[in-house]
Amino acid sequence: MATRIGVEVSIAVADAVKLCNPDVIAAYPITPQTHIVEHLAELVANGELDAEYIPVESEHSAMSACLGSAATGARTFTATASQGLALMNEVVYVASAMRLPVIMAVANRSLSAPLSIWCDHSDMMSVRDTGWIQIITENGQQAVDNTIISFRVGEDPQVLLPVMVHLDGFNLTHVVEPIMIPDQAEVDKYLPKNRFPLPLNPDKPVAMGGFAAPAIFMETKWAQEVNIQNSKKVILQAWDEFNKIFGRKYEPIEKYQSDGAKTLILTVGSSGETASVAVDELKKEGMDVGQVRIRLWRPFPFEELREAVKGADVLIVMDRAISFGGPGGPIASEVKAALYNQAKKPNVVNYVISLGGRDTTVSDFKNIIKQGVGIAEKGSKNEYEIYGVRG
Amino acid sequence: MTQEKSLVEIRWHGRGGQGAVTTTEMLARAAIAEGKYAQAFPSFGPERRGAPVQAFNRVDSKKPVRIRADITEPDYVVVLDPSLLDKVNVTSGLKKGGYVIVNTRKSAGGIKSEFKIDYPVATVNASKIAREVLGVNIVNTTMLGAVIKITNVIDKKSINEPIELRFGKIADRNIKAMETGYEQVAV
Repeated sequence: MATRIGVEVSIAVADAVKLCNPDVIAAYPITPQTHIVEHLAELVANGELDAEYIPVESEHSAMSACLGSAATGARTFTATASQGLALMNEVVYVASAMRLPVIMAVANRSLSAPLSIWCDHSDMMSVRDTGWIQIITENGQQAVDNTIISFRVGEDPQVLLPVMVHLDGFNLTHVVEPIMIPDQAEVDKYLPKNRFPLPLNPDKPVAMGGFAAPAIFMETKWAQEVNIQNSKKVILQAWDEFNKIFGRKYEPIEKYQSDGAKTLILTVGSSGETASVAVDELKKEGMDVGQVRIRLWRPFPFEELREAVKGADVLIVMDRAISFGGPGGPIASEVKAALYNQAKKPNVVNYVISLGGRDTTVSDFKNIIKQGVGIAEKGSKNEYEIYGVRG
Repeated sequence: MTQEKSLVEIRWHGRGGQGAVTTTEMLARAAIAEGKYAQAFPSFGPERRGAPVQAFNRVDSKKPVRIRADITEPDYVVVLDPSLLDKVNVTSGLKKGGYVIVNTRKSAGGIKSEFKIDYPVATVNASKIAREVLGVNIVNTTMLGAVIKITNVIDKKSINEPIELRFGKIADRNIKAMETGYEQVAV
């Protein structure tokens, strides 16, 4: 039986990793991710987890060690955030292109400068095009569940891709809250053994990550693209199967009070439930408003998004990152691209909020929704709005 | 109106090193063990010993806690260190009728008039209790007892297990401090 406990989310994520029985963890601590790998190191040191814990000297080395580990068919986990993710960047691309199912928790945090240890999504967006599957969680339970789910998805022989599970730094990682910790037998039932098809083995040599001349490079990249697109059906199956065993349902686009609503707010990450409270309060005040949330960021769920917002007149999209000099937040630019060719589509208003840990309260979300509707009606000269910035 | 009916929001004011964060975590664990929904989190950032800090508790007896933002309109405010009263606006956003629970050797009336607090004040000399029971002026568990008594968000017995988990060998003394705070807090 699963156990319901009050626990810090980082500790619960580490315990979820333990339930998946990884072979190798290679990691470098960085705020606000540190508690995850610290707890894993403790579990290994105490003999509670039979895994190789490699305390590397940098994130670049962490991901490099993970590549080698995953290539031997070992179940492999790491975690990072912000500058750590930026430092490992070149190796992040290699993991996906080499089809190595490394699982990584990313405790979302802003990128320097100025130095900030607090949450936004600039790190998550900086790896958007690296070819990893990216799942965005909203509370501790989702982070725990999707950590387990990620091993199943990434290691599936039809997928063989690395997966990032995003959980907002501090807003999730450092909160004590109630979490159902799954039972080991249930996880064992859900998560098959890692059967990597072509492991590195001195007795049966294989070459990996070779050189590609122009005559073959495009084909390898197209294969990678087809592969990640096709991973969506495995992700959906994995979520479906998870729901059958554990009774918690995940979808690429999740809806809250959105059916028939003329105004929708789209949220990403830990502020989603705060926004839900704002939606409830505005509905009580008579406003016709609902919410959609993005759970799956890569591969992007085009069909599900279009379906979820097709009846709305106004779609107010939240972003916790800026594409400098660009079209606004990365989420909104993607949402607009997904809707552009649709005959009927909502008017999209984009807000950049909560950079570098700036708090966004229920009343802020209510203001954003009300202002957003006004902007949709009257129009705006801005490509996007930024909320709460002092002039 | 961000308040949901069954939700109680408590804001703790202390100084880095006084154990405010640990205390909110123990309170949340106890509430969750009772089957309630609860949240504990610090005012996130690098901890600096001695600097004013805040920590937050949300406890809901009926529904999952959904709000993830600092508590700006608390039902209760807890002040671990009386020297904060003239430095930090501890009653900022406190709901009408909301309590201020203070570690002080002064009376509630004295605190109200000295710091012009227009809210009910509950006081306990937690520093004295902590020195007597624990041998050190670390007041968090003593104040926890006072908070349980005034807020009634959990059953007093529920806190023993989180205290044991956190304090191990010195848990008994901390439970005694908590119980003394519970008994001696005065409105």
